[in-house]
Amino acid sequence: MDRGFRAGDVLNWLSVVAMIAALYLVFLYAPTEATMGHLQRIFYFHVSSAWVGFFAFFVTLLACIAYLHSRKRDWDIVAFSSVEVGIMFTAMAVITGSIWAKPTWNAWWPWQQEPRLILVTILLLVYLAYLMLRAFLEGEEQKARFAAVYGIVAFASVPLTFWSVRWWQRLHPVVFERQGARLTLPMLATFLFCLLAFTILYFALLLHRTRLAKLTDEVEALKKALRFREGV
Amino acid sequence: MNSGNKVLTIVWKDVLTELRTKQMLGAIFVFVLLLIVIFSFGFDLRVDNVATVAPGMLWVTFAFAGTLELNRSFSAEIAEARLDSLLLAPMERSTIYFGKMLGNLIFISAIEALVLPIFSAVLNLNLIRPVLLLTIFLGAIGFAAVGTLLSAIAVNTRACEVMLPVLLFPIVLPVVVSAVKLTAGILDGLPWASLTHWLRLLIGFDVIFVVLSYMTFDYVVES
Repeated sequence: MDRGFRAGDVLNWLSVVAMIAALYLVFLYAPTEATMGHLQRIFYFHVSSAWVGFFAFFVTLLACIAYLHSRKRDWDIVAFSSVEVGIMFTAMAVITGSIWAKPTWNAWWPWQQEPRLILVTILLLVYLAYLMLRAFLEGEEQKARFAAVYGIVAFASVPLTFWSVRWWQRLHPVVFERQGARLTLPMLATFLFCLLAFTILYFALLLHRTRLAKLTDEVEALKKALRFREGV
Repeated sequence: MNSGNKVLTIVWKDVLTELRTKQMLGAIFVFVLLLIVIFSFGFDLRVDNVATVAPGMLWVTFAFAGTLELNRSFSAEIAEARLDSLLLAPMERSTIYFGKMLGNLIFISAIEALVLPIFSAVLNLNLIRPVLLLTIFLGAIGFAAVGTLLSAIAVNTRACEVMLPVLLFPIVLPVVVSAVKLTAGILDGLPWASLTHWLRLLIGFDVIFVVLSYMTFDYVVES
């Protein structure tokens, strides 16, 4: 427990410093983009949160497989903690994306015209279903086992949806073209640093969420023991 | 008995139960009729060319009817504690999966076979074409493949009737997307060459989902 605590402290401070540095880079260091102006600055946080969202769901996949192999409660905790953190980051990507899309595409969420938006929508739905499944199941072991199976099937299905919609788009005229502008070196550096900062933040949040889950387990175990003693 | 026979035994058990009780197919058939009525009023006089809405109507109907059928698939087994005896039988878990999956496929196909002539009549559109039948059957395979797995999960939850579509629809989306595109292409009379890649995609998704469900089913029914 103690060692986890220290790792948590380190990650806390690292993410605070990294986020402040990222804010500095995004708003003061990175040059203003020629055509989109300041609006483009949202790109750094938008892509970073989308990346962390995908990464979080990938961690869930690994944790699900590891759980089915080892049947260790720890892997189950990692799996659902990562889903919760991942949903938060994906939602952040949606919100920042909408703020960018409204002035650029003149629509908040033109999801049927753009495969990436469909991908994100399906991701959110699938992992909300994952959390719902857990909420509607009883018994820790059953919960973990079924959720692990669903986590694996869900992760396999999402790219297929993306792929099929991509194919669909190819038959249609492309409505929205990705901006062709290349990133200049300072922009690229800012972007890469933001990716790093968000990834550190992800690990910090994941660590806290898993610690919370373990503490909840402990409290449950203590309550049970107490009830048992009172019963006797 | 080899495993092929065992699979067929499970299929036959489900078919026989249904033939004797005639509960599910009858109820779902009436449900589908009502869906068609709602659709016809929903689109009535507002759509010039019914072929543009037909793919959507068809696949929404199949998805709803399929979900009802899949819900029954395992809830009946649980209700009479038949699943436990099934699990005690000396056979691989994957045999149970393929047995249940084939049974579901037969029932879903039966419902679709009942529905298609009615849709053809109501929409005044010839839907009974070999390629379209193939598309619908391939869609049903994908649906039954994931549906059987998720139905075995959902049946353990509280409010399982709601849980199954919530779990199933986002997962089975690739199958639905390609099936709808294929159906629309066929109804629009597009040249066959422009549709083959959708057909290949649909078959690919079916294979992926059957393999994936087969591989994970063991973990679902292990207790």
